[in-house]
Amino acid sequence: MSKITELQAIYVMWLREMKRFIRARSRLLASIIQPLFFLTILGFGLNKAIIPGVEGDYMYFLAPGVIAMAIMFSSMFTGVSVLWDKKFGFLQEVLVAPVSRLSIVIGRTLGGATTALIQGLIILIIALSLGVRVSTISQLILTLIMMIIIAFTSVGFGLIIASKMEDLQGFQLIMNMLILPLFFLSSAFFPLDKLTETMPTWIGDIFMINPLFYMVDGIRGSLTGINNHFHPLIDLLVLLIICIAMMSLGSYFFGKSEV
Amino acid sequence: MNDIITTRELTKKFNGLTAVDHISFSVKKGEIFGFLGPNGAGKTTTIKMLTTLLHPTSGTAEIAGFNITKDKEKVRQYIGVVFQEPALDTELTGIENLDFHARMYGIRKEERKERIEKLLQLIDLSEKKDVLVKNYSGGMKRRLEIARGLIHHPHVLFLDEPTLGLDAQTRRVIWDYIKEMNHKENTTIFLTTHYMDEADYLCDRVGMIDHGQILVIDTINNLKNSVGNDIITLSCSDMHRLSRELEKKTWIKNIKQHNTFLTLGVEKGEEKIPAIVEIAQTLKIRIKSINVRKPTLDDVFLHYTGRSIREQEPENPLKQIAKIRYRKQ
Ligand SMILES: Nc1ncnc2c1ncn2[C@@H]1O[C@H](COP(=O)(O)OP(=O)(O)OP(=O)(O)O)[C@@H](O)[C@H]1O
Ligand SMILES: [Mg+2]
Repeated sequence: MSKITELQAIYVMWLREMKRFIRARSRLLASIIQPLFFLTILGFGLNKAIIPGVEGDYMYFLAPGVIAMAIMFSSMFTGVSVLWDKKFGFLQEVLVAPVSRLSIVIGRTLGGATTALIQGLIILIIALSLGVRVSTISQLILTLIMMIIIAFTSVGFGLIIASKMEDLQGFQLIMNMLILPLFFLSSAFFPLDKLTETMPTWIGDIFMINPLFYMVDGIRGSLTGINNHFHPLIDLLVLLIICIAMMSLGSYFFGKSEV
Repeated sequence: MNDIITTRELTKKFNGLTAVDHISFSVKKGEIFGFLGPNGAGKTTTIKMLTTLLHPTSGTAEIAGFNITKDKEKVRQYIGVVFQEPALDTELTGIENLDFHARMYGIRKEERKERIEKLLQLIDLSEKKDVLVKNYSGGMKRRLEIARGLIHHPHVLFLDEPTLGLDAQTRRVIWDYIKEMNHKENTTIFLTTHYMDEADYLCDRVGMIDHGQILVIDTINNLKNSVGNDIITLSCSDMHRLSRELEKKTWIKNIKQHNTFLTLGVEKGEEKIPAIVEIAQTLKIRIKSINVRKPTLDDVFLHYTGRSIREQEPENPLKQIAKIRYRKQ
């Protein structure tokens, strides 16, 4: 079909996500309140605590992790929500349209990324109002780019799960058994790379293969510029590669899925 | 080329279970073709293969000249589908669902508006168009889905059990829409149903399907005539002996023995009843009940499978006989 049709399909998939997002106020509220708790309770509670390896205020250390988490969970949810469409039959309506599967994936991903970004930005603003400082505009732009890449990666990951799983129990299992441990091992709450005295070294090394580490480290490096392990551009490169891999796999599996 | 759908040995297996078993048939341009069969016969599976959502295990099919496995996107351009299970986004309004569909099919703005307005009027939902679909009734949802399937002027519209679970009045309304669509837009319609009356009212030709296989395909009239112009249903004290005697008569087109009754296909049924009663009397067989009626599609199904499509259907002779008996006691 023509390019215009494909573009229109991308647009309308995006539009649908937006409409649903705006209507599901409770979901929006929940997705903001949870990170807010992390920021205020953990952030203020431990702000002046001395945590080995953390330089400066704990709030500075914590905010990037919470932002990454908010974006990641929200976009993953969008990807996985294909399962709902499957359950409620709407996926059939989408799949039977004369539109390439790629356009459907792109539209949905853009929709998920947009909603996740909105949530991420709200958390960012809250973090700024709680005292986190950004020194330059280019830092802020780099942070935004990281946020976008994290969103795309997570939607892609969600799509893979949705295409391979039959129901939501599988998703819950993956969240609890894989994502949460990876998140705790991502240096979001405490610096893994500098904890060699208190922890076995292999835990310190595991961050190297944890994609979530690069997400948190990337935002940390670009937003606050302290406590980061790698230069933010190195994180960016790694994240880009992971993003492309997740998106390709996600589209591939989604393209092959039957209903 | 007059056939808009042709299938060759189309087959689908789900780990070990053959849901659709080497079926071959064709549907002519502009006709209303029905697949009639009981639960689990393989109707939905056939539709899902024809609409490119399921990949056939073997065999193939063409729609408007395009192969359902090789030219999926082409096929999708030419078809509209109303699935058995609702496939609406309930978090969107009625008009948003239609708009979503129209955009997915690349319809331009002016045409989109005009077409949606027109269809909303046709299905009588103009006033409810801005209500979220989750607040629609079952009949409203079904009407909306049928309208949606038509927005993009499909050449073939697939309807999987279009009136399942709806009340008699709504079914009528939907039937009339379907006829009108077929008539006005010259849309070829492929529908599945397990309602006899639905197939009877709507279809030009019917394929009967059971256990994934096609039993017979023909026009409604031919199917009914094949079991006789009239059907006599009777129960008696010795069915076996009576049926052996009746088999000798040339004026009986066919005879079938079921659990508790016999069915005979004949012409001018009223005039044959006395003859049958007489034969029974000479054999000293007591007739418990007898009636004559026009054949239904269920008789055809009964003829080919030995069982009724749905036991709870009112046309079911078993029940009729039960009623007659009850009255006599
Ligand atoms: N995805 C699937 N996996 C395994 N078996 C399936 C699947 N889909 C259908 N079947 C089986 O295939 C057979 C045919 O199912 P199908 O849905 O095509 O029947 P149907 O004629 O549409 O019945 P109904 O009138 O109940 O809708 C059934 O035995 C069903 O259990
Ligand atoms: Mg079915």
